[in-house]
Amino acid sequence: MRPQSLEEAWELNQKKRNRVVAGMMWLKMGTHSFNTAIDLCDLGLDAIEETEDEFRIGAMATLRQMEKHPGLDVYSCGAVKAALRDIVGVQFRNGATLGGSLWRRMGFSDVVAIFLAMDSSVELFKGGVVPLEEFVRMPYDNDILVRLIVKKRPGAFAYQAVRKQRTDLPTLNCAAAKVGDEYRLVVGSRPTRAMLLRDERGILAGGITEESAAAFAEYAAGAVPVSGNMWGSAEYRRALVPVLARRTLLALGEVR
Amino acid sequence: MEITIKLNGKAVSDDISADMLLIDFVRAHGCLSVKRGCETSACGLCTVLLDGEPVLSCSTLVARADGHSVQTLEGLQDEASEFVGFIADQGAEQCGFCNPGFVMNTIALLRENPDPTDEEILSYLSGNLCRCSGYVGQLRGIRNFLTSRNEEGGSRE
Repeated sequence: MRPQSLEEAWELNQKKRNRVVAGMMWLKMGTHSFNTAIDLCDLGLDAIEETEDEFRIGAMATLRQMEKHPGLDVYSCGAVKAALRDIVGVQFRNGATLGGSLWRRMGFSDVVAIFLAMDSSVELFKGGVVPLEEFVRMPYDNDILVRLIVKKRPGAFAYQAVRKQRTDLPTLNCAAAKVGDEYRLVVGSRPTRAMLLRDERGILAGGITEESAAAFAEYAAGAVPVSGNMWGSAEYRRALVPVLARRTLLALGEVR
Repeated sequence: MEITIKLNGKAVSDDISADMLLIDFVRAHGCLSVKRGCETSACGLCTVLLDGEPVLSCSTLVARADGHSVQTLEGLQDEASEFVGFIADQGAEQCGFCNPGFVMNTIALLRENPDPTDEEILSYLSGNLCRCSGYVGQLRGIRNFLTSRNEEGGSRE
């Protein structure tokens, strides 16, 4: 079904045996049986709108659209492109959608990690506007993800990930940001859902230096629970967190 | 459901099942260059151009392509012939199974970025897996094509 309104899509999605299909990239990986596939492709949700104050990215916008968007590239200091460019290949990113990536809230998601570092919210058809930080902790429900809203607050961003090889899933990913006066560090692929840390102890209050970055990285190592999967053991990730956190913070310090 | 796709420039209509994948549709209509490889959306063998953009036909519902343009290597022989000889000169095609997807994505790359750097080539083609070559031959072939085109107007002589 290709619903012609969000209301129609939402109503279809209330039936347990129906399923929204986004980019189809992950859906096709499993064996599923459902009654009606709900395709949102006729709802005009494939655009990235930029205003003076914010970006409004439709749920059906592809990862490639975001990677190539000049406004997102400038605002994110290249961090959005850095987060997306190693997700499989160009063809995959031309199919995979923002909505599919955010809705699944997968732990390894580079998409979740980079936007969690920003002042981002999701707009849900029934649930309204919800901060992304809250959304990533929410359980799955039958709402419809309409768009992501990123406030263009003055800031700087950096993104780094550890992969066994290019295009693989990240073993660990990290996004660092200074949004307004607030420093943020996101650690994802731990391997559970990405976690946002704020500089509540004022470790970076004097700016990012070798010493303050190392101190915050040590704080992150203690604050971010990790575990193991086939991309890395818990011990390996435990060792990676402070290294990647420090490097990403130092990269943030280099952003002009 | 009834759909119509512009396949390699010709309108093709068919009655399809809702869960049919684009790869099965184009192969059923004679485009056998499109290969089924990994089945995990990772290898790029099944690459086609959907409205000019490279996509994985193994992961695209054909219903979503209804009313759109789809191109496969069968419809892009002239454009491909400009550079595939340079890849063959490097012996980079080897078993050849990955070649159609690789060529399709190279076409997309060169349309989007006519004069890419080596890093841009490697980055754009990173979604095309080749188990034979190690990718160096393909990179050399494309580089040689670009050099030849830039210096000699595209002639291999």
